[in-house]
Parts: sequence; C-alpha cells; structure tokens
Amino acid sequence: MDILVCARRVPDTAENEIQLNRTGNDIERDDLVYSINEPDNYAVEEALQIVARSGGKVTVATVGTDDDEEILRREMAMGANQGVLLSDEAFSGSDGKGIATVLKGFVQKEKFDLILTGVQAEDAGAQVGGMLAAMLDYPFASLVNSIEVLDGNRLKISREIEGGNREMSEIDLPCVLSIQTGINEPRYVGMRGIRQVASLEIPTYGAPDLGIDPASVGEAGANVKRDDYFVPALGKGAEILQGTNEEIADKLIELMKAKGGLQ
Amino acid sequence: MPGIMIQGIWTPVRAAYWGIPEHILFTIISVVGVALFFYIAARRINPLLRGAPDVRFDRLPLRVRTLVKYWFGQWKHPRYRVAGTLHLCIFAGFIILATRAFYLLLFGLSDDFAAPGSLARVYDVVADYAATIVFLAVSAAAVRRVFFRPVRYSVPAQFGKGHPVDAIFLLALIAILMYSESLFEATRAAIQIQSGMPVEFLPVLSLPWLLKNAFTALPVATLWNVHLGAYLIDVLTFYFLLCYRPFGIQFHVETSLFNVFFAKLDRGTVKPVRWGISDSQLDQVKSFGVKRFEDFTWKHMLDFYSCADCGRCSDNCPANAAGRPISPRFITIKARDYSFQHFPVFGRTNNSHSLVGGIYSEDEIWSCTTCGACEEECPLLIEYIDKIVDLRRGLVDDGNVPKSIQKALKALESRGNPYGKMEKKKADWTKDGAFQQSCRVPVLDGRNGADTLYFVDSITSYDDRIQAIGRATARILDSAGVNFGILGPTEKDSGHDVRRFGEEMLFMALRDHNTDAIRSSGVKRIVTSDPHAYNALKHDYKDMPPVEHIIQVMAREVRSGKLVFKRVDNDSSVYAYHDPCYLGRHNQVYDDPREVLDAIPGLKRVEMSRCRDRSFCCGGGGLMLFYEPKEDERIGVKRVRMAAEAGANVIVTACPFCMVNIEDAIKVSGLEGRMTAIDLAELVDQQLMREPAREVQDEIVAAGVDAQG
Repeated sequence: MDILVCARRVPDTAENEIQLNRTGNDIERDDLVYSINEPDNYAVEEALQIVARSGGKVTVATVGTDDDEEILRREMAMGANQGVLLSDEAFSGSDGKGIATVLKGFVQKEKFDLILTGVQAEDAGAQVGGMLAAMLDYPFASLVNSIEVLDGNRLKISREIEGGNREMSEIDLPCVLSIQTGINEPRYVGMRGIRQVASLEIPTYGAPDLGIDPASVGEAGANVKRDDYFVPALGKGAEILQGTNEEIADKLIELMKAKGGLQ
Repeated sequence: MPGIMIQGIWTPVRAAYWGIPEHILFTIISVVGVALFFYIAARRINPLLRGAPDVRFDRLPLRVRTLVKYWFGQWKHPRYRVAGTLHLCIFAGFIILATRAFYLLLFGLSDDFAAPGSLARVYDVVADYAATIVFLAVSAAAVRRVFFRPVRYSVPAQFGKGHPVDAIFLLALIAILMYSESLFEATRAAIQIQSGMPVEFLPVLSLPWLLKNAFTALPVATLWNVHLGAYLIDVLTFYFLLCYRPFGIQFHVETSLFNVFFAKLDRGTVKPVRWGISDSQLDQVKSFGVKRFEDFTWKHMLDFYSCADCGRCSDNCPANAAGRPISPRFITIKARDYSFQHFPVFGRTNNSHSLVGGIYSEDEIWSCTTCGACEEECPLLIEYIDKIVDLRRGLVDDGNVPKSIQKALKALESRGNPYGKMEKKKADWTKDGAFQQSCRVPVLDGRNGADTLYFVDSITSYDDRIQAIGRATARILDSAGVNFGILGPTEKDSGHDVRRFGEEMLFMALRDHNTDAIRSSGVKRIVTSDPHAYNALKHDYKDMPPVEHIIQVMAREVRSGKLVFKRVDNDSSVYAYHDPCYLGRHNQVYDDPREVLDAIPGLKRVEMSRCRDRSFCCGGGGLMLFYEPKEDERIGVKRVRMAAEAGANVIVTACPFCMVNIEDAIKVSGLEGRMTAIDLAELVDQQLMREPAREVQDEIVAAGVDAQG
C-alpha cells in the first residue's frame, strides 16, 4: 500500500514559551524550537506499522520552505521511504484551502492508496484533511484512532467520539484520514538515525511541477486572513471545590459523570 | 595381596577391578575424562569467539593485584558473614587439595610414582584437615540451603525456575569427593595396622583419622576392597565433577580465576559502543548495542558463565527491593541459560533470537538506576552496568524507548536540558534578588574569565527547589575565596544519564559542545555540586581540567581552617548522611562529607546500616526522574524509612537528584513533619561563620593570649 502522510513543522509547545512580539502582530519567533506537529508524527508511525504488516511504502510531504526539510528528514530517520518538499514563493501565506490545493497537486502527480494527515496542527485549524478529501473527491474520516486493513480496497477504522466512545466504520480506498494522537506509540528517533539520513535526497516541487495556478494559493488565493494576535483576558481561574474530603469526592464524581469521564 | 610398599606407603598397583588391570582402567578413565573436559571447554569457549571485542589484557600488574585481592584473598566474601566463611573454607580447601587431587590421579597410572620426602608429609597433614573442613563446610552449606533457606537463593516465579536439587547435588558430589579420598587414606592406614606394617600418620580428628578408627576392626580383605572402591569412586567423582561443572553454576570453579583477572578496572565509566571503534568511526557501525547474544563482549559472556547464583547482587539492588521487574542475578542466569541452550555442548548452535522481548522484558532493562550496588557486592566481580547500557543502546537503536523518556531526550536535543527550558534562562537562578546582592556569579562568556568553573548542570539551574543548592554552593565558593564563574546559556546538560540510557550519539553531541565551551572559557579547574555531572566530567569527558565535587572543596577548607561553623541550634535534630551513588560507590568519596559534618559543633550524626559502599540508592537521577516504573513501593520511600530506623530526623544529601527523590519520598511515606532533608551545601551555607563573626574569633584568640599571659 502506498501511503502519503501530510506533515507540518510547528513551534514545539513543550519547549517554547509562546509570547506576543513587541508589535503585537505575531508571536515572538526568535528563540523558538520547532518540531513535527505531534498528530502528524502519530500518522507517520501508523503508516509505518501498516506497511510493516501489509507491505508498501510511506512518503511524507510538507508544504513549506527549506527550513521545513528537517521534519522530513526526521520522519525518514523514523523509517519513511521518501520525504518530499512542496515549496514555491507562491505558496507563502496560504490558508487551509491553499495548502490543501498544493497537496492535491502532489497527490495527483503520484499515486497513493491512502492519505493520512494529523487531526490538527498545533497552530492551525483542523481543516486540511477534510478539504483535501473534498478536492480529490475521496472518502474522509477524522479523529481516527485505529486502522485495520480489510483487503486491498477497504479499511476498518475507528473514530474517537465523545465520552471515550468509538465509532467503527468501513471506508473504501483511496481515502483521506485525519489521525488522532494516541493511536499508537511512536518509535524514538535518535541522533544516530538522523545522521544516517542527513545526506539523502529530498525532491522539491514548485507550482509548475504540480500544475498549480499561483492565483489559487498563497496570500493571493487565501479566503482566510489573519487579523490579529492577542493574549486572551484572564478569567476567574479554576473552580475550587469546597467542603470535607467526602463532599469534595462526591462533587467530583458528579462532575465527572456529567462530563462523560465516568461510565 | 597385590600391592607394593613405596617409601613406607602401601600402594595399590597391579590391582584389578573386575579383571581389568588397574593401570589400564584408570588410564582409560583419565583419557576419556580429560578429553571430554577439553571438548566441553572448547564448546563453551565457542560463543566467546563470536562475541564483540573487549580490552582486558592491559595493565597486567594491576590485574595481578586484583586477582590476588579478590580471587585468592576472597576479599568480598566476608560481606555476608556466614556464607562468606563457609565459602572461604571451601575455597581454601580446594586450593590446598588441588595438589593432592593431581597427585592422587597420577597414583593410579604409574607403578612407582610417589611424592618425595617430608614436605609431602606436612602437606598431607594440611590436606587432611582441609578435606575435613571442606566436608564440614559443604555439609553446613547443604543444611543451610535445605533448612534455613536464605531468601536471596529463592527464585521468584517471573524469573524462571531455580535449581535447588542441582545445588544440593553438587554439594553432595564435593562431599563424596572429600569422603572417598579420606576413606582411601583411612583404609590404607587400617590395612597397615592390621598387617603389622608401619602405620602412616593421620592427624587427629581429621576425617581420615576418624574413618580409620571406625574401619580398623574390619578384616583385611574387606578393607582392601573398600580401599580400591574408595579410589575408584574418588577418581570417577573427580572426572564427573570436572565434566559436569561447565553445565551449571559450578563452572565458576574454573572460570573465576579468569573472570577476576579480566575484571573491569575503571569505576564510574561506561564501555564504548564497541571497543576498537573510535567516535568518528561510529557511523560505520551497523547496529548499536546488544540486541542478540553475540553482541555481548566475550568478557560479558564469561561473566554469565562465572555466576555462582548466590543472589548477593539482587539482595542489594534497590530496584529489586522496590518490586521493579529487575533482578541482576537473573539478568546473568537467564543469559547463561540462553547460551547453554543456544550454544549447546552437544548439538547444533541455534542463535539469532532477540534478547529483549525474549529472555528480557523492556521494563526490566529500563528499571535499573545504575547505582552499582550489584557490582560492589559480587565476589566474582561480574559487571552489570555496561550490559544494561548496551541493552539500552540496542533498544534506542530500534526506536523502542518509553514515551516519557522520549520527551526528555527530545528536549535535550532541542534545548540542551530535559525540561525543555530555554537556554537564555539557564543562569536565572543567580538573579534571585537577595542572592544577587550577596554573591556575584559571573558568566564566563569571553568578557569574564575565572580559574574555576562551577558546572551547574540542568536540574540545579532550572528546578525551583534545587536552585537553592546552586546558590548555597556559590556562596560557599565565595566564602572560600574561590575565583569562579559559570558557563550560563552555553552550558548544556552533562549528558551523563543520556549516555547511561543508551542514547550515545546525543550524549556525544552534548559532551562535545560542553567540552568546547569549557576549553574556550580557559578555566583551570571545575567544581560541581551534582555527582552525576562530576562523574561525567571525570570519566565520560576527555582531557578536562581537574574536577572536584563541592564536598571535596569543603572538606579541604575545613581542614585548612578557612571554613568555620556556628553551633547547631536545634538540639533535637539527628542527622544521617545519605551516600549518593555517584559520589560514594562510583567515586569512593565517603570520608569528606562526614568530616565536614563532624566539624559542625553540636551536630548529632548517626549512620544508617546501609551506608558508604552499601548505601541504598534514592531511586535514581538524571533521566530516571522521567521514567515511570512498575514498582510496589518507591525506592526513595524505603530509603527514608531506613533513616527513620537509624534514629535520624534529618537526611543530609549531596546530590540534587537524591534531594528530589527524598523530599518526595518523605511526603509519600507519611513522614512529613517528622523528617526533613537538607543538602550538605545548604547546611554548610547555613552554619558557616562569615566575616562579621571574625571579630568574635579575634576576641576568643585574644582571650586565650590573655589567659596565658
């Protein structure tokens, strides 16, 4: 099975302190460390496991610039067969639809049985997967937390829904799935693995290679524009439960039941 | 009767066993026995030839001294009084009797072989007593195993089956050997008595002497048959044991000499990924670490053969005591059983099974805190830490790392510390208001220089609680007049535990970065308050200026009189010093901290029963703080209870990780309010008499002069 995983490089929330810059129109980016968007990493691990069971190959693609190559290399060190950079000046400033358009151009250039995206990028809107499927006219499922290959043409998947429940479905290939974290336990990629892929070739494709009209992507083609960045006003804080230990425990249980944490 | 007198000793030659002439029978037995032994030995050596290389032929004079101390001198044995004494008897007996065994074997082969003169007589007396003592010792050992069943011999179900019958069987065989050779002598003496010949001397109350008196009354013909029978049994038992030993723990009788000779000489170090491959050649190595049995070095395989299954290692292992799924003894025994099964003496080799996921579980390998208690205890000097690190390297190479540790490693890679905190905040601990006014800590960034570097490392720089230890250390260095600075943002984690968790390349990246930073700073010596950093700079880093732990600095300045202390003002405080693994066991700094504590007037100090080289690990430092083990009880909780048992209500630590684990354990164990923890640097900082108090000292001196004048 030939699998494409669409990945994105984002500032690592664990290792950065996100603050507004001085002019207030963006976050302070000077001292940021970046890594692959976490759900995308889960998606790559899932793809590798599927291929280990059923054969095939895994391609990881990202829409970005040279800086974004590092995540492609990391996923190749993890085991992906090929990394691809989709880069063009025309792509810069793309909204979700623009990114989906670029990815669609790449998908139509090659042939993939299955396309995986992360459910959401840490700094974006959980939309690319669905838009890409619509553009390709492929079936789509979001929040996927388990995948079973039934035969060459179908998958049995489970989606995460409220209350810790799962919705089981069958879906025809080729399709697009957006992957939820926790679907598996991604393997560790060490410095050694990264060094071993340091000199591997990563092809770069621009708008002409993918047959994309620059007017439909980038800032020019964006329907959504960022208006402002601000730190939200602080609310009154957490709810502190009062009473004896038994009373607090009872209230807690009630709350958890009400919110679906207990069955 | 068939037999001749040789130098006054009656010798059974030209006797016949069921018609076979005696010297033919014993020649056949000997040839078969020796040949079989050599074949078995060769088959046992086979996997070692396929193992990874190891460097064990260096520093021969030191190796010989190690052999004399630990093998011949049985140095570690008395750490367990009863078993140690028994073993000393058995070992001493074996050494003494080895010569006689040889002599006896040759006896049966030749007509006129005989030991010369009076030296032989003295030897014989000693040997007779030795045989008696060995006989008693193995009997005691057997009784102990059957009736007293020391806990450390038991085999928990998860680790496989024990071999209790095997142990008793072997003790029985040794007893039979001692008995038959004593009987051989006893019957010969009885025959001499009965035939009116000069009787050879048997020492009083030795086994041969006792048997002689028991058997004297029998008719000569019977005695003669018993005599021949004893000899046959003796020889058969000897060769049986010789060939049987390589199939179990008794193999240590042969391998112990070699195992101790080839022992690891450098405490606190970790073996390279592969001996003979330099750092720059590492990219060519196909696979890192130990994944299959042949990936172990030949010396590690020899370790597996040499284990006597005594359980002392596991008995002292803190992870094992806490209920984690690791037992050092079984790491060795399972590997030994694997090698016996897959590299059999009789049969074909069948190998290439993965060890982790096979005989070992992942949790087993990650549970080790690398405290070194097992290695400290083992009488055969079997190594464990290098094997665990090698197994971890294999797991890391395959991407098989627990999630919580992956997170810390990723942060170490991007930010140079496991917390993911920003580099530019590394020196923020020095900017605490009150502190900054009393103590200036320059950052050595090219504009500032100093002769001493205070290597702070990650936890002391970033952890809110532990920063206090950093500040205390800085104030002490200041009071001692040391010209020091810190690296600040250019300092990355020392990488000590990154290495011991198997991520060798990340460790090398951190080490190389820090090495450059240290060299560029131009410092002439390094001080640290973190024993893990201390160990790394001393053993894992190369060509560094001399490194000391702050405790060593304090002890020196206490001796020189530069650091003087106020009296402790709380009379009910009882202090117990907890030896950190990487300061104590791995680097043998035991006395300096005690000297410093004892220099504080009015300080009441007690020792925990597990102290110094028997100290009980706090639970582990570095990346171990990020690991979520399966355990029955936290290791730290056990340690805190030990302090309470010793009568202490304050635990003094000398390691930031010990502080974290112990403070945590105090809360978890319910001892909050009855037990506190303090770092030695914090205590010293608190009790130090500083400048204004000089006047008081001058007054005391002046008063002294007045009194004399």
